[in-house]
Parts: sequence; structure tokens; C-alpha cells
Amino acid sequence: MSDAAQTSKPRGLNINWRYIWYQISRSPLMMIGSSIIAIVLILVIFAPLFATHDPNAISLRERLAPPSWDHFFGTDEVGRDLYSRILYGGQQSIAVGFFVVVLAGGIGTLLGAFSGLVGGRLDTAIMRLMDVVLSVPSLVLVLALAAALGPSLQNAALAIAIVRIPFYVRLARGQTLLVREMAYVTAAETFHAKKRHILRWHILPNIMSPILVQTTLDLGNTILLASALSFIGLGAQQPTAEWGAMVATGRNYILDQWWYSAFPGFAILITATAFNLFGDGLRDILDPKQKAR
Amino acid sequence: MSNHVMQLNDVHVRFPIGANWLGRPKGFVHALNGVDLTVRRGKTLGIVGESGCGKSTLAQVLMGILNPTEGRFSSTADKEAGVQIVFQDPQSSLNARMPIWRVITEPVFARKRTSVAELRNIAVELARQVGLREEVLDRHPHEFSGGQRQRIAIARALSSDPDIIVLDEPTSALDISIQAQILNLLTELQQARGITYIFISHDISVVRYLCDEVAVMYLGQVVEKGPVEDVLGAPQHPYTSLLLESVPTMGVAGDFGQPLTNTDLPSNRNLPPHCYFLDRCTFAGSECRQAQSLSPVGGEKDHVARCVRATSGDLNMREGKENGAC
Repeated sequence: MSDAAQTSKPRGLNINWRYIWYQISRSPLMMIGSSIIAIVLILVIFAPLFATHDPNAISLRERLAPPSWDHFFGTDEVGRDLYSRILYGGQQSIAVGFFVVVLAGGIGTLLGAFSGLVGGRLDTAIMRLMDVVLSVPSLVLVLALAAALGPSLQNAALAIAIVRIPFYVRLARGQTLLVREMAYVTAAETFHAKKRHILRWHILPNIMSPILVQTTLDLGNTILLASALSFIGLGAQQPTAEWGAMVATGRNYILDQWWYSAFPGFAILITATAFNLFGDGLRDILDPKQKAR
Repeated sequence: MSNHVMQLNDVHVRFPIGANWLGRPKGFVHALNGVDLTVRRGKTLGIVGESGCGKSTLAQVLMGILNPTEGRFSSTADKEAGVQIVFQDPQSSLNARMPIWRVITEPVFARKRTSVAELRNIAVELARQVGLREEVLDRHPHEFSGGQRQRIAIARALSSDPDIIVLDEPTSALDISIQAQILNLLTELQQARGITYIFISHDISVVRYLCDEVAVMYLGQVVEKGPVEDVLGAPQHPYTSLLLESVPTMGVAGDFGQPLTNTDLPSNRNLPPHCYFLDRCTFAGSECRQAQSLSPVGGEKDHVARCVRATSGDLNMREGKENGAC
């Protein structure tokens, strides 16, 4: 009995921290990814502790100052400290990432699992609708939605979430079709369990692993996309500190004051890469069978 | 009638296949073609037959998750909780994401939201009855061996206090020594609770051990049924004797009395108008060119066979073997 408990590895959501740590420590990419994520999250969440200046304090005497001991990353065109603004700006970017992933992942997973479970014409209708959304390039659709909703970071996040939903629907539906054929679902049907019971207790817990991977990979992409929207003016508005918006304003000064665009851009790069590494590593851990993409 | 918990009269099930542009089916798969069965309270009815003979479809009808296309199915058991099933593969029939106590009490929980404390009490009691220790209730299914998993599946079937349990080859995925333990457990539970079993299997020796009555199925029909000692001791239908002879015996060299000219089941898309077993039967005569009905064998009214030659006394299996083998 105890042998069996040790040799068979619990997978997925039965949390076994020692096993998780063992898996993370075996995968260098996952190590790098999770370390960077941890550092970025700490810096950003506790921004008031690490910031050296008020992110919105204007100091016209120090405008466009190069990096120095006083201003680690230099200052912008009205003399605000870029280092502090990047820390606070990360709050916006990462919050957008989590908001989008939770919203799109939640709605998409429920809709996809429901669609796969009921089948029939409703399933066909839902999937054709998703195909229509998917047939338009994501960025174009996000631009159109964000423009229609009006330029603000909240609306940009909402637009990205709407565009990401079909990906989760398709993933969740595919997994549901597999799980639905398992004997424990047939068993639940034989004791006349309701669809809601089957969804809650059998389908959702068993389709979670690939969706979890998708959400971590999506976090990086969303941060990029939110920054892109802010860059073209459809996201965060002045004076809110946000990485994409900072890169956009810094673009005007890029030839003489390289630090203005470079540091926020680097923050986007690092964070998005870290989430992607983490997601790739997580996929390998949860499903060792499909290592190659 | 009171000791009959289930009664099937001429039950047919067919599934439409394909569809033309109007949405009308192009054809049908005939899964059950007139099944007559009586399930007696507190007894064990065995159902044997090769793969594809309609055993699993019959199980679904008995479970009440599939309605007969034709014919009548009546049951005195409660529609939702009265019939439970134990599957062949305990690996896939238990959800790996649930702790054992949740698995065991799922039939109760799925019908009525019950408090966790109450569910745990039910689980503790059932675990004791199927021979599992109380400490294991918080573990997950992957931490158990095949035999223990099958005990969990049996406990789950018992949790809604059913009148009938359908056992769908419950031991064929287990080691031989574990098989015996599970069979003994099933017998004990039957004696203690008076449950009726419907035991679906292709393992003749297990059926002989566990069942009171047995029905032999072939191409969606019962071809022979009766008390287990009569049917397996003195088989009347040529198909039953073919099944019995194909059971290997320890220490005896294989002797396949009936030469097999055609070992495939006839297609269940277009049913033959004659006896379904005609193409494989070595005793076939002119009277087999018509559809066959279940008739009593000799003087016993419990033992029936769907073979005109056997029931008219024309065919004696032991002599028939010599005559028919030509």
C-alpha cells in the first residue's frame, strides 16, 4: 500500500509540493521562468517599498536625465523617475494579464466543457460561432473592439479577453470529448447524475491540466498585447504608468534618450518571456508525452 | 410475479446509422432482436455470449439509460437508485481526481446534496462491508491495486442501496487469486443484503460458480436459458455447446469437436430471415431455414432453447457430434 503511494506519481491538482519542487528543479527553463516571475511579482506588488520616487511626481529641472544613482533608469520628458514608473506600471500590465486569463479562461473553459458535454446542435452552433471569431486575426479584432469600447486600459483588457475566449472553448471542448468517454462518466450517467454534477465533478477537474498550461502561456502574450494596445493609444491613458504607453511616448525621444523606451520595453520582454518559459515547463511536467511542440 | 424484479418481453434495440440529406437514417444496427428475460429477486442471472452479441446494450437497457425501440421492459426497482453497475475496468471507472470517500458516495451525492459528514459516515460503513480499511478513505484511486479498486467500485454500487446490481465482467481485468476474493465478496454481500445480480461475462467457469440461472446470447437474442446446471451441464443449443467446448481445461489437450467453418457473427445491419446461427451450425437442417423461437427443452419448462431441432428432441448433442461432424 505504502509502496503504491510512493511509486505512483500524483498528477495535476492533487497538490504535492515536494513533487512539484522536484519537477521544477529538473527543468532549467522552468527554474529560470519561475525565478524571474517571482522577482517581477515581488517588485511589482511591493512597488511602494522598492520605488525611489513618487511615480507621478513632476520635476521639470530633471527632465530627460540619463540613468544615474539618483534615477536608476533615468527620467522622462517631465522629470518623472522611470524606475519607479516601471515598478508601478507593472501593476497595470500584470493585472491586465491576470484579468484577461481569468475571464477568458473561465468563460471559455465553462463554455467549451458545456458544449462538448451536451453535444448535438447546440454544440455545433457554439463551435461555428467560435470559428467565426477565430477567422478574424486576433490583433485586428482586438483593435476594432478596443476602438469601439473607447480607449482605456479596462476596455483594452475586456477586448483582449473576448478575443481569447474561443481558444479556451476549443481546447476545453476537445478535452471534454476525451473525458466524456471515460467509464466514470458512464458510471455517473447510470446513477442518473445531472449534467451539472458531471461537469463539476468529472469533466472540469480532468480537463484542467492543459488549460492551466494555456493560461500561463497566455499571460505572457496578454501582457504583450496590452502593451501593444497602449502603445498605439488604445490602452492606458496619461498619466497612468503602463509599460506599453511608456514605450510609445519614449519612441519620440529614442535617438537621444534611449533609456526612455528601452527600460519599459525590457520589462515587457522579460516578463512575457518568463511566463512563456514557465508555461512550457508546466506543459512538460503535466504531460510528458508531448514534449515537442 | 412478486419475485420477479425485472421482466423483458420481446425487447428490440436498434441504432440508426448514417443519414441521408433529409436526415433519415440510411440503415440500422440491430443490437437486440427480441430479448425475453425474467430477473428473479435475490438470485443471480448470468448472461454469456461472445463480443458483439448485445450484452452491453442489454446492460444499458437494464440500467434504464437506454429505452427499447420495441417491446416491453418493466422493473419494480426504483428508477434512479434501484439499479447500479460495476464495470469491467476499475482503472477507468473511478475518477482519479476524487478521494475514495467521494467516489463511494457519489450515487448518493449526485441525486441529493448531502452533508460531508453524512457522506463520510456512509463511506465508512460501506468500506467496512467491502473489506477496505477506514484509513484509506482519503486516498485517491491510483493508490490502489486492481482488486481494491474493484472493491471500491462495488462499494459505490452499494451506496444507493440498490435492489439490482449489474456486474459487467467485474473480474476479467483481475488476477485469478483476486478474482476469487471479489467473487466471494459478491456472494457474501448477496447473502447479507438480498441483492439481485445480473452477471455479464464470457467466463463460463465464473458463471457456473456464481449464477443461479444463465442466459446465452447470440446476435441480440437469447438462444438458450435456464438453471445454470441444466444449461451448462446439458447444453441444448449448438451455440451453447460450442461456447462450452471453447473453454480450455487444465491438463487436457484442446479438442474442438465442432469444426468451425465460419467464426464470424452475421452482420447486424441486415438480419438473416432464418435461424441466426445457421451459417455456423454443423447440425443445420431444412427446418432451420425459418426463424426460430424459444421453446422448452424436453419436459422442463424452465430450460428453453431457440433451436427447433434441439427442442423437438431431434438433436442429441452427444450423438449429434458424431453425426454432425461429417
